[in-house]
Amino acid sequence: MYDLTIIGAGPAGITAAVYAARKKLKTLVITKNIGGWAATSGEIGNYPSYQFITGPELAKKFEEHLKSFDLDLREGEEVISIEKLNNIFKVKTKKDEYKSKAVIIASGRIPRKLNIPGEEEFKNRGITYCATCDAPLFAGKNVAVIGGGNAALDAAIQLIKIAKKVYLININNTFQGEEIRLEKVQNSDRVEILNSTETKEIIGNVFVKKIKIFKDSEEKILDAEGVFIEIGSTPSLIPVKAKEGELELNKNKEIVVNEHCETNIKGLFAAGDVTTIPYKQIIVAAGHGCIACLSAFEYLSKLKEG
Amino acid sequence: MSKIKVYSTPTCPWCYTLKDFLKEKNIKFEDIDVSKNQKKLEEMIMKSGQMGVPQIEINGKIIVGFDKAAIEKELENV
Repeated sequence: MYDLTIIGAGPAGITAAVYAARKKLKTLVITKNIGGWAATSGEIGNYPSYQFITGPELAKKFEEHLKSFDLDLREGEEVISIEKLNNIFKVKTKKDEYKSKAVIIASGRIPRKLNIPGEEEFKNRGITYCATCDAPLFAGKNVAVIGGGNAALDAAIQLIKIAKKVYLININNTFQGEEIRLEKVQNSDRVEILNSTETKEIIGNVFVKKIKIFKDSEEKILDAEGVFIEIGSTPSLIPVKAKEGELELNKNKEIVVNEHCETNIKGLFAAGDVTTIPYKQIIVAAGHGCIACLSAFEYLSKLKEG
Repeated sequence: MSKIKVYSTPTCPWCYTLKDFLKEKNIKFEDIDVSKNQKKLEEMIMKSGQMGVPQIEINGKIIVGFDKAAIEKELENV
């Protein structure tokens, strides 16, 4: 039986784990990877003590710090459910099951999907959610970028130099991204901007060949061998069962927490980008992880006193 | 022992994580930048059927992404 189980090892989960280890709690960390979304950042210039560091480098530092403590780490494991019974949490993964007196969910966010036909089928077969990684694979090809924020504009800017033609497909009639980025895209004759356009289907055989769009009340087919989906992120949630009822979420499906990182379920805390905390920033998530751990420590102390 | 190959691009964060992971274990590998080598890019896609980096080839087996557990398991057989 663990005192505390921390789900996720991004900035929030790792900070919680560091505090838990220093409080000598019997701690388990379960995570798909170390670093979380932060590890995929190109440049980080707003994390004090590092004037400049890349995402992978910061993740490495996190990992070193985490592994300097004596705690149980299950890396590459995915939590599929949490169940609370008589003040004990059962945390189930695809491999195993763990018991714990308190739990912190710090599972972060995952890229949002379009949920259209072909999206699952052609993942990594022309569809990508990491433009910085995979853009060079589409040299000289027609590609489509889907989205209207900075991430979509950045993907399009990167692809201008690489692809033959870039369709930028935006479901809204204006872009939410920065003007300076938008200008770069508008000034390129390789980019065709399609506003108020819905992406309906991704079509191909082994790899992506075309996409079906809906614009001006008609369907059209575009030739595209690469599809870059950049439509933001969504909280990475885990089903929770407890006598208190459903885990409370806001309209954006973020876990509702108070200033102590408590959820509506006693003994279950949440921290970082998976929660309602404003500003999804590395430094904010790290601080939030600290609060969650100290609150969990207090909860465990009271539990002991009965 | 067959050669270990890493297919990567210079802008991909997980590629660096993967390569650092191998370097730390003192494992020698061939680093293939598919952004500069169209033939190798096609080879990678043909072998794995997947268009995404990083990809690592160990013992003729391809693992897509930085799947640490799968990579460690495959390295045991090297």
